[in-house]
Amino acid sequence: MDLEVFWFCVVAVCWAAYFVLEGFDFGVGMLLPFLPRGAHGEEDRRTMFQTIGPVWDGNEVWLVVAAGATFAAFPTWYATMFSGFYVALLLILVLLIVRVVSFEWRAKSESPRWRWVWTWANTIASVGAPLLWGVALASLLYGLPLDSDGGFAGDFADLFSLYSVFAGIAVVLLFAFHGAIFLTLRTTGELCDRATRASRRLALAAVLLTAAFLVWTVAVAMDRNDKDLFPPILPAILGIAALILAAAFLVRAQNGRAFAMTALGAIAVVATLFTSLYPRVMVSDPDFGNSLTVDNASSSHYALEVMTIAALILVPLVLLYQGWTYYVFRRRLGGEPTVTS
Amino acid sequence: MLAVSTVDLARIQFATTSLYHFLFVPLTLGLAPLVAVMQTIWYRTHDEGWLRLTRFFGTLMLINFAIGVATGLVQEFQFGMNWSVYSVYVGDVFGAPLAMEGLAAFMLEATFLGLWLFGWDRLSRRVHLATVWLFALGTWLSAFFIMVANSWMQRPVGSTVTDGRAELTDIWALMGNRLALHAYLHVVLVGLTTAAVVIFGVACWHLLRGRNVDLFRKAALLALIVGVPISALNLVVGSRLGIVMTDYQPMKIASTEALWDTQQPASFSIFQIGGFTKDDQTPSFSIEVPKLLSFLATGSLNGKVVGINELQRQYEAQYGRGNYTPPVRTTYWAMRIMAYFGSLVFMVLALGGFLYWRRKLERARWFLWLGILTIPLPYLAALSGWVLTEIGRQPWIVFGLLKTADANSPSVSTTTIASSLGIFIALYAALLVVDFVLMRRYARLDPPEVGGEGDEMPLPAVSY
Repeated sequence: MDLEVFWFCVVAVCWAAYFVLEGFDFGVGMLLPFLPRGAHGEEDRRTMFQTIGPVWDGNEVWLVVAAGATFAAFPTWYATMFSGFYVALLLILVLLIVRVVSFEWRAKSESPRWRWVWTWANTIASVGAPLLWGVALASLLYGLPLDSDGGFAGDFADLFSLYSVFAGIAVVLLFAFHGAIFLTLRTTGELCDRATRASRRLALAAVLLTAAFLVWTVAVAMDRNDKDLFPPILPAILGIAALILAAAFLVRAQNGRAFAMTALGAIAVVATLFTSLYPRVMVSDPDFGNSLTVDNASSSHYALEVMTIAALILVPLVLLYQGWTYYVFRRRLGGEPTVTS
Repeated sequence: MLAVSTVDLARIQFATTSLYHFLFVPLTLGLAPLVAVMQTIWYRTHDEGWLRLTRFFGTLMLINFAIGVATGLVQEFQFGMNWSVYSVYVGDVFGAPLAMEGLAAFMLEATFLGLWLFGWDRLSRRVHLATVWLFALGTWLSAFFIMVANSWMQRPVGSTVTDGRAELTDIWALMGNRLALHAYLHVVLVGLTTAAVVIFGVACWHLLRGRNVDLFRKAALLALIVGVPISALNLVVGSRLGIVMTDYQPMKIASTEALWDTQQPASFSIFQIGGFTKDDQTPSFSIEVPKLLSFLATGSLNGKVVGINELQRQYEAQYGRGNYTPPVRTTYWAMRIMAYFGSLVFMVLALGGFLYWRRKLERARWFLWLGILTIPLPYLAALSGWVLTEIGRQPWIVFGLLKTADANSPSVSTTTIASSLGIFIALYAALLVVDFVLMRRYARLDPPEVGGEGDEMPLPAVSY
């Protein structure tokens, strides 16, 4: 396999890991103001924060690695995408910074108003960031105006098409669904019941919208990126099947399996997008010939070789210790806070 | 109307976000191993005082680390957002250490910090101790890859220019860049010094108040044992970096010293008024130490230090017409703030060591106040150091290869950068205020009790 193709896959894997992992912590963040009710409200919100507390930071690093891998392996792609998505990325950065701060500072004061502010800050960031990522990644495929040097020649409005906005909404719903199921696995008692009800309520919308997005993606790939039905249809079908299974497992109260299926669904979304893109990394519209491809946007062979060796050593190691983290924190969290200040 | 170009705005934004980011980096670099040392002492001696200190300073480390993460993400995105020509030009070389930083170092930091923070009751004491050391290792590795990337911009090695962009040819030359090794050592020593000063300053505050005296005497002792030799060593390494830098960027050194004409031996200007511009090359007032600049720049008392005028002519012959002189006044003062404050830090710590040794530290109230007031100094020194490093390289973004003025994103308008700059400044200012308030509050708390009833899980005071 060409190293360019390998690194295209590495970037896709980083995004997939980001969608699966940060997907559920975004989902938990979205549900923060809605699940906790009544006298135990604050306690439940703290429990929700704690379910993702040990892991959200590690999850977010996959985004750092995705960006770093793109920079190193496809400098032209990185440069055009990041300068072209300027406003969207600026908004994402602001949202992610606000979210980091909400995690760290929310519990630092007892005042209910302070906590209300940071709860909502987290929720807004948890909705806004994946929405914008959905829009941005989908517009890579839908097409953006590029000049003959592969530079960006449009503006912020070019990111928004019916398709890309639909992508953003589908990603948000998928993450909310994914996060709700995660909560049913990590909590007990009434909070767990509420999370179960929320996940069932979200199921229909999340499955339908994501499935529609996957089908639409294959259509866009054929229509605007010169692709055949095969292979993008494969991950799309896989994703639709996984999400239907997730809903089915949920009905049968097999939440662990349901979570595995929403994770697979998140992977399928990234996989469908990237197989639809290949061999291009940014589709140019209207001048299709200006599109960036894995070949014309990539680094030199030697640089790719060096990084391939580094990645082959490091990625398994990272997966191993991140997996171990989840094993260490596998215990459910009850209403009683296990972390005291 | 004031004409500000897109490049200027992009530079201001990069300077703002980088310097801001570096407000948090040194403390993390230094506190991580020192908190690990505290926990190790507890692990070995079972002395609960050290556990309380671990939790106390661990909390400060966390508050600090969180913002470092958030602002670090801005750094990574900013290359592509504001500097797309630069990114295309350097990605082949510069991207590799950046990607490795994410994969090898940042991943380690984020994961093991989570494990350390939430793992007190889930992991055995030994494994839990390992998590804090792995976190510390992550922070140091991270700094290494970043310094490799930056040092390549200062002295491009292990690469050639093909088809209008730099390409990596030798990863070991890139990693083994002589400049990178010196700069890396300098940065980690700065980190340790900063952490020692912060721990010492916080300890002084508690000693002044007369509460938890036994505990903070221990903290002060640790800070002094680390801080005195490290801050001294750092002065040596810093000067050494100057000598190495002279080999590759003589213009940076000449500009830093406002040395217009070549001198042998060259005297060091301690303080001067005027003499900072091409039209005003002779200071109206100055205090100088003979031969010191020769020593600082070349390592020999009689070394020749080439001046700005000669270098400017030489570069024009080599690279074509243009201005190859960085802003002299800025580099001159940046270097002096760095060096003077760095030396001051060493003197305060050394005096603290002396007082501690004579058992007078707690009674010397004036000195305890001085210890608190010293806290900003390592920060100011470190920020000045970066100003010197980056401004001193101008007009180049990659020395000798690519000029800053040619490196920004052509598709990003002045208005866009101006608004994003405004947003970052507002957001960062708000963060700084809240961070300062939080750090101050947690630094003033009594260290958490341990071993009491209902305290089976000795966690740092961070919760959700």
